[in-house]
Amino acid sequence: MAEKVLKKGNEVIALGAIHCGCDGYFGYPITPQSEVMETLMEEKPWETTGMVVLQAESEIASINMVYGGACCGKKVMTSSSSPGMSLMCEGLSYLAGSELPCLTANIVRGGPGLGTIQPSQGDYFQAVKGGGHGDYKIIVLAPFSAQEMYDFVGLGFDLAFKYRIPVMLLTDGMIGQMMEKVELRPQQARLSDQEIAQRYGSWATTGKTPDRKENTITSLALDAKVHEALNHKLQAKYQEITEKEVRFETLFCEDAEYLLIAYGSMARICESTIEAARAQGIKLGLLRPITLFPFPTKEIQRMIPQLKGILSVELSAGQMVEDIRLAVEGKIPVSLFGRQGGMLPTPVEVLDAFKTNYI
Amino acid sequence: MDIKDIIKPENIVYQKTKVLTNNVMHYCPGCSHGTVHKLIAEVVDEMGIQEKTIGISPVGCAVFAYNYMHIDWQQAAHGRAPALATATKRLYPDKYVFTYQGDGDLASIGTAEIMHACNRGENIVVIFINNAIYGMTGGQMAPTTLIGMKTSTTPYGRQADLNGYPLKITELIAQLEGTCFVTRQSVQTAAAARKTKKAIRKAFENSGQNKGTSFVEVVSTCNSGWKLTPVQSNTWMEENMFPFYPLGDIKDR
Repeated sequence: MAEKVLKKGNEVIALGAIHCGCDGYFGYPITPQSEVMETLMEEKPWETTGMVVLQAESEIASINMVYGGACCGKKVMTSSSSPGMSLMCEGLSYLAGSELPCLTANIVRGGPGLGTIQPSQGDYFQAVKGGGHGDYKIIVLAPFSAQEMYDFVGLGFDLAFKYRIPVMLLTDGMIGQMMEKVELRPQQARLSDQEIAQRYGSWATTGKTPDRKENTITSLALDAKVHEALNHKLQAKYQEITEKEVRFETLFCEDAEYLLIAYGSMARICESTIEAARAQGIKLGLLRPITLFPFPTKEIQRMIPQLKGILSVELSAGQMVEDIRLAVEGKIPVSLFGRQGGMLPTPVEVLDAFKTNYI
Repeated sequence: MDIKDIIKPENIVYQKTKVLTNNVMHYCPGCSHGTVHKLIAEVVDEMGIQEKTIGISPVGCAVFAYNYMHIDWQQAAHGRAPALATATKRLYPDKYVFTYQGDGDLASIGTAEIMHACNRGENIVVIFINNAIYGMTGGQMAPTTLIGMKTSTTPYGRQADLNGYPLKITELIAQLEGTCFVTRQSVQTAAAARKTKKAIRKAFENSGQNKGTSFVEVVSTCNSGWKLTPVQSNTWMEENMFPFYPLGDIKDR
């Protein structure tokens, strides 16, 4: 039987990294995600799997170490929280522009500015719309449990290498700090340098051998035609991801007349809201996007004929709600219930907000 | 005697290293970059480490360094080359990893990255081109611009009260425990270039022996930015740059 542990979401990100054969973690302390690096330092994976773990001098250095490691075809990652992730956006833009695979985790806290260390979903725009400069996207996964924090590390790396794209786990302090039972997977071996050269030698900086041309990783193209072609290539990739990689979960949606849409910690709270609503005879369902980019636009559109209204429930002033409205195109009412500043609503508050809007 | 009788392998006294590509360099005539590129390529060739060498190019004129050597390259964001090099060397400990950075890249926007990479004693080589000006963006003040020196952002000359002082970053780097070899060289004469090549060779050898960070500053010319001819630039450098940035080894252990 698989080993089960009782751990914080942040701690199992670290275990997930070791177990999926991650080659390197580079990070900088920030609340509420410091347990990721603390756990790695305690586990000492360099003595077992050979994984490199390094505390960098800043988030800027961390993401650029990830950039260097990703250039090498290695499985590398970092984690941070909102202010730190803002600093990493420059690097993410380079990683996206250079078509490199990597994993980041943003354990979001309240902003703007130094904000608060309490949970928030205020970084949705930053994660889903790009964050850094230029026309780019990254795949954004939204775990809502410690188990998903663990599982999505491996899934994130798989997607990152499949499409040569940065992947972000977007979650918040509540999921990161919450202790839950997590089922662990068997240790996966890290790829050897030879295996990496074989698999990724066509693009990665593994050392120029006589059998191939030198590899250069760059996002620079001063010729406008060349650069537009690069952008078209990126957009085609994002289109393919939009078609193939949408993930979501539904609860009581078959007969739903109204729909809550929530991700991460808010989806956990909304599960209880749905139960309370059903007990009162209200036909309420929950759609939980697991991928925020790509967004489950088609699923929302498929459900429109059966729905009288949608409530987006977010720990923000309303960010995901814009993507819902883009999907709905004004065909049915879309409302928002958002809390900010680290305030978490109770399931009853969400239900009351729903009733105020629709009943 | 026909000229074909002379052009024979046994008569070759000099040829371009095979690590350099045949691409025509974009650098201005008189610029030091081309010479330093050649020296690095020769060292890589002579040490037989072409397959094991990974270069990190900066933002600045040398962003295109990757066009000129047959090795694998990573192109870093402005100032971040030491972070890329850190990860690359730690993930591939048997490789030779070097950064190639200008004064704006290394001594201004990238001060945190270079200081901490050197302080950790990353087993990398840092080649630092100091020409006291931003070349690619069109001749603005660099952290190493001398007092009184005219640039496009110090049109009346650099003044300490307005612009601060020129930064002797190499002396700071030498203070860090992680560095094993810190030197300042130049390439304006054949003799100077030979010394620089020796320093680069030592830096790469140190990296192979995991001795810590080796840091080679090359005091360089930017005749376009300085608005002087190449020959005038060399003279100006010798008369103005060398007194403030004296040549020689600062640390060797």
